[in-house]
Parts: sequence; structure tokens; C-alpha cells
Amino acid sequence: MAESTAHHQVHRDDMASKLGMWLFIFTELLLFGGLFIVYSVYRYLHPQAFHLAAKELDMAVGTINTVILLVSSMTIAMSTTAIQKKDKRGTLVLIGITLALALAFLVNKYFEWGGKISHGIFPGSSFLEELGRGDILFFGLYFFMTGLHALHIIVGIVVLAFMFVFVWKGRITHDNFQLLENGGLYWHLVDVIWIFLFPLFYLIT
Amino acid sequence: MDSTQNMDSTQSNRNGYTSFLQETGGRRGIFKWILSTDHKRIGLLYLYSMMAWFIVGMTLGLLMKLELIAPGKTLIGPQAYNATFTVHGVIMIFLIVIPGLPAVFGNFMLPIQIGARDVAFPRLNLFSWYIYVFGSILVIISLFGNGAPDTGWTFYAPYSFKTGTNMLPAALGAFVLGFSSILTGLNFLVTIHRMRAPGMTWMKMPLFPWTLYATAWIQLLATPIVGITLLMVAGERILGIGFFDPAKGGDPLLYQHLFWIYSHPAVYIMILPAMGVISEIIPTFTRKTIFGYGALVLSTLAIAFVGYFVWGHHMFTSGMSGTALFTFSILTFLVAIPSAIKVFNWIATMHQGSISTEVPFLWAASFIFVFLIGGLTGLVLGALATNVHVHDTAFVVGHFHFIVFGGTGFAFFGALHYWFPKIYGRMYDTGWARTGWLIFFIGFIALYGPMFYLGMKGMPRRYFDYLEEYHGPNILSSLGALVMITGFVIMIVNLFKAVREGTKVGDNPWGGTNLEWQIPSPPPLENYEEIPVIDKAPYKF
Repeated sequence: MAESTAHHQVHRDDMASKLGMWLFIFTELLLFGGLFIVYSVYRYLHPQAFHLAAKELDMAVGTINTVILLVSSMTIAMSTTAIQKKDKRGTLVLIGITLALALAFLVNKYFEWGGKISHGIFPGSSFLEELGRGDILFFGLYFFMTGLHALHIIVGIVVLAFMFVFVWKGRITHDNFQLLENGGLYWHLVDVIWIFLFPLFYLIT
Repeated sequence: MDSTQNMDSTQSNRNGYTSFLQETGGRRGIFKWILSTDHKRIGLLYLYSMMAWFIVGMTLGLLMKLELIAPGKTLIGPQAYNATFTVHGVIMIFLIVIPGLPAVFGNFMLPIQIGARDVAFPRLNLFSWYIYVFGSILVIISLFGNGAPDTGWTFYAPYSFKTGTNMLPAALGAFVLGFSSILTGLNFLVTIHRMRAPGMTWMKMPLFPWTLYATAWIQLLATPIVGITLLMVAGERILGIGFFDPAKGGDPLLYQHLFWIYSHPAVYIMILPAMGVISEIIPTFTRKTIFGYGALVLSTLAIAFVGYFVWGHHMFTSGMSGTALFTFSILTFLVAIPSAIKVFNWIATMHQGSISTEVPFLWAASFIFVFLIGGLTGLVLGALATNVHVHDTAFVVGHFHFIVFGGTGFAFFGALHYWFPKIYGRMYDTGWARTGWLIFFIGFIALYGPMFYLGMKGMPRRYFDYLEEYHGPNILSSLGALVMITGFVIMIVNLFKAVREGTKVGDNPWGGTNLEWQIPSPPPLENYEEIPVIDKAPYKF
């Protein structure tokens, strides 16, 4: 196995993998950036309808989900500190809490979306067609943007589950924790996007 | 770290080292290729996949030219013609010219040129190729079922979600291919930042890596915009979400903006690495240090930067505000300046050089010729008044092919002939390569040249039929296509034969000065036994 001698065991470069992760985050932000452009254009064109439609959203659910994500960002950041202090059990507990909070977010989202859909508010519904163009666009954006965000939450859950296993199996240790830090960075990205979605849909009315 | 000591599973050649082509990693047959994370093998994987796709795309192009050889229906009807130019565009743009130079020669040469053993993330690199293959499968799927997509490669709304044809897989294919492009760009950025050999400061880096660096930023920052736009079109088709549907309050113009915010910078993804290749070839065959290295670096970055802000020039007749029209037009003229700086630098490099007209140089010189024509006709399109006259005519098709095929394509073939002896350690038959180039070049001019005239006379693009008065130039154009394809076949057959039968050549057949010419041909798996220390600027003779 000549190829494996050196090729795959090149020197570890934590800085490189961190740089790569940040570049990936740039890309992700610009993915949502396209949607933020669409949102601002249609908000500008339909201020009244966006104002009224935003009142339909439940600010309490939105706030709870914001708190959930902020706390989960804290716990994942703490897990990176815990692993550096050689506290394997603490790290696992903190990743576990983060995963539980992520699931809680999705459960909330499920009930929120379910409520909207049961009232006939979903893309392409005849009820929405009657409401008018501003409402169609607002709820179209609402489902598309929070949907894409929820997809990122799911990906984040998978990533963090892998981190949990890697810490468990000792692949991530106190002197080799870049993978966990990168996973944490991804989770912060998911959090940051929500920090923008929350005011755009729930707070600005 | 020394792979030469470890030769039990491979055979070494008579020079006493094992080249990457002999290195199997203990795998057999096709697995030597599709499981290897060696940047050189991955580059060749891309090369072979793209060549296969190029033949498909070229055949579709020929089909269109044969249809246009006479007015009225000659071969295919309107619907089939619409599908043909759509699929031709999707294949050529998303599967060939966008990944083209970075994925093939970037992968192969970047680590070698900066004195590294591989890219920063070799496994991610292989993964990008798998994403590429997955994207191409989606494009293939779009051809079956309800009929091939007929929207044009731009997928303009609202037609893209109204058409009954199978455009969803094609759009999703483009989305997936975007990911491959992003990950390649990300990989190159990190590689260039972290893995340059000791002593290789930014201003000692060769120009091909520089153009790859600028390109990688565009790939990273522009591609997600088209990704999300294509997802929105998918949402439109599947869920009826309404963003681009005028009936629901959506704005089709917004689609055009979002699409071109990516797709114009994408033109620079195509052309910047091509400029890098030309900057490699010209000093080698003029035996002169490149003229104005700093200006070439800065113009590369300037093109990448200004290129972000010119997308509106695709929409001059769409009804934007006057202010927007002026702004986009001025910026379009601005972006021509750094491109012109590059041309001046290449010419100045040749001035008083000791020019040897080897095959790669012929491709590079003809690149400058067609790129000039393509660039200057681009200014005709960038000026507001003339744009209205030639908008959506054959003139645009001519301009586009002079830049993208004449630019990226010629540079690609130039790079292929330049680095061929490095990649395979063998030389092709230069006589046939010359013949192939000459026939290709004549065919190219005959094929796309008449389009400028036809466009000026008002022949619209994207129609399977035309008025009798356009007949003459169209015959010339169609015959040009046949000549060009003859040249292409000669070139490819010649190269294919040389892979196995070409005469063996030394490590530096052209007398190049950069790092890639100082290692054996074909390079060993790890490129360098010892990472070189760089103490001089590139292109020093």
C-alpha cells in the first residue's frame, strides 16, 4: 500500500481546516443572501400586506425557538472548551444538550407549520390565493426560508451526532478537537441565520 | 514520507521512481481512478469525463448548424431545436467550461506549481468529482420523460416553471454541479493560503495559481446565488411558491437579476484560468520573463472584483431604470480595462523574445486573436445604443462563442498540448497537432465569424428557421462547423494515440522555468521528495 504511506497521513493542519470551514460558511451565508434579496424586494413592493401577514405569526413560538437556538449555541461552544480541559464526559453531555435543543426547535417548528397549514396557509393553497399577492409572497418566503433553515438544522443534527460519536470513540481529543470546533462553527451559522430570520418574519410588523 | 522505498505493490520505471500513473495504491482497474485521492488522478478523471461530455455537446451544436444550413426545416423541427440549444448550453456551460480549467489543470498543476504534495483536502477533492458525476446524471435524466428541457440554459422564468418539458432535473443538475464547483474553489483557496512552498511569497507565485485563486473566490461567493435561485425555480414548479410568477405577484425580472448575479461572474470563472494558462505558455515559448507580472496579478484580481457588478448588461432591453443601465454599461467598460492590460502584457512579453512556434504557442497566439475579437464585440454589446440593435441576435452568439469557446476552449487545448508531456511523459506527433490546430482555427473563424454579420443584419438567435436573405453566411457557418470538428477529431485522435505510443520525452521538453518542469514526467505520486525552497520569482530564464 504505497499510497497510504504518506499520502493520507500528511501533517495535520488545523488552521487549514478552520479556514475551509469559514469559507464554507461564507458560501452558506450567500445562499441565504439570495433569499434576503428576494425578501427585501417584495417587502418594499408590498409593505402593507407584509405588515399584516407578519401579525399572523406567533411571536411567542418564534421567541422560544430563538432562545432555544441561542442556548444551544452556548452549549456547543462550551463543549469545545470542555474537550480542551480533557473533560470527555462534560463534552458528551454538552453535545447531547445541544442535540436535544435542536430537536426541540424542530418540534416547535412542526407545530407552528402544522398550525399554518391547517388554517389553509401553505404555498399553492386556494385560501392563500384569495388573500392577495403580498400574502402569497410573504408566506411563500416564510415557508421557503424557514424550511431551508430547518433543513440546515437537520444537517446540523447529523453533524453534531457524528461529533458525539467521535468524542465517544476518542477520535476527537483535547489535542485534536478541530473537527468539533468546525461542527460548532456550522451550528453557530445555523443560529446566526435564524437571528436574521426571526426579526424579518416575527418582529418587524 | 518517501514513497520510493515502498514499491512492493507497484513497478518502478527505469529512472528508478514510481510515477503517479504506475502507482496503484493496491487497487485494480477502474478503482485505481475512482477511489484515488491523488490530485493528479482526479484532474484526469475530470479531463476524461469532460471530453466525453464535450463530444455530446459538440454533436448537439453540429445538429443545430446542420439545421441552419438552409431556411425552413431541414433536419429537426422547432421543439427539437429548442431542446437542442438548451441541452447544448447546459452541457457546455455547467459540465465543461465552468469546471473546465480549474477542475482539470487546476487540480493537476496547482499543487505542483506551488510546491505542494496535494491539495489541502484530498478526500473533499474526490468527493467534488462524485458530485460532478451526480450532477451530470441529473442532466442526463432531464433528457428522458416528458421531453428534453426547452428553456435555454438560462432557465428564464416564468417559462421555466410553465413548460411541460423535463426542466426540473436539468435545473437541479446545475444546482448540484454548483456544489462541486464551490467545493473545488474552497479547496484551492485553502491550498493556496496554507500550502505554498517555503519562500513562495504571494508575489512569487506563478500566474496560473493566481488566476485559480481569483476564480476560487468567484466560485465560492457567486455560485450559491444561482444555487438558491434554481432552488426557488424548483419551489415554483413543485409548490407554486410564486416568487417569479407575475400571476401571484412575483417578478420574473428578479429571476433574471439573481441568475446573472452568478452567471456573469461565471464567465470570469471560465476565462480567468484561461488567461492564467496563456500567461504560462507565452514566457516558455518566447524565452522571456513575463512582462508586467504585478500588472497581470492585479488585473486578475480587478477582473474578479469588477466582474461582480456588471451582471445587468445581460438585461439592457428588459426595462431597467436609466440609472441602472448607465451604471452597468460603465462598469462593463471598466472590466474591459484589466483584460486589455493582460493582452498588452502578453504581446509585450513576445516583443524581442526568442519565439518558437510550438503547438502550445500556436494555441496561445490564436487565443489572443480570438479573445481580442470576442472582447471588442463585447464592448459593442456593453454600449447601450448598439446593444438594443443587436440584442438577442446571432451577434450575441458569435461574441459569446469567441470569448467562451475561443477564450476558454483555445486555452484549454493549449494547456492540453503544453502540459501533455508532463502528464504522460510522452510527446504527441507535433505535425498532426499543428494540422489539427490550423484546421480547427480556420473552421472556428468560419463558424462563428459570419454570426457577427448575421446579427448586425438582424437574424435572431434561438430560431430553427430564418429568412432567405440570411442563407449565404449561414452556409459558410455550417461548413465552418464541419471543418472545425475535423480539426478537433485530428487533435483528439493524435493526443489519444500519444498517450500510449508517443515518444518518451524528458522532464522539461519545452525548457520551462516553473516548478512543474523540475520534477520527473509523469510526476511521482507525491510530486516532491523534498518540498522545494523558493528563492526567485517565476518565469526567470
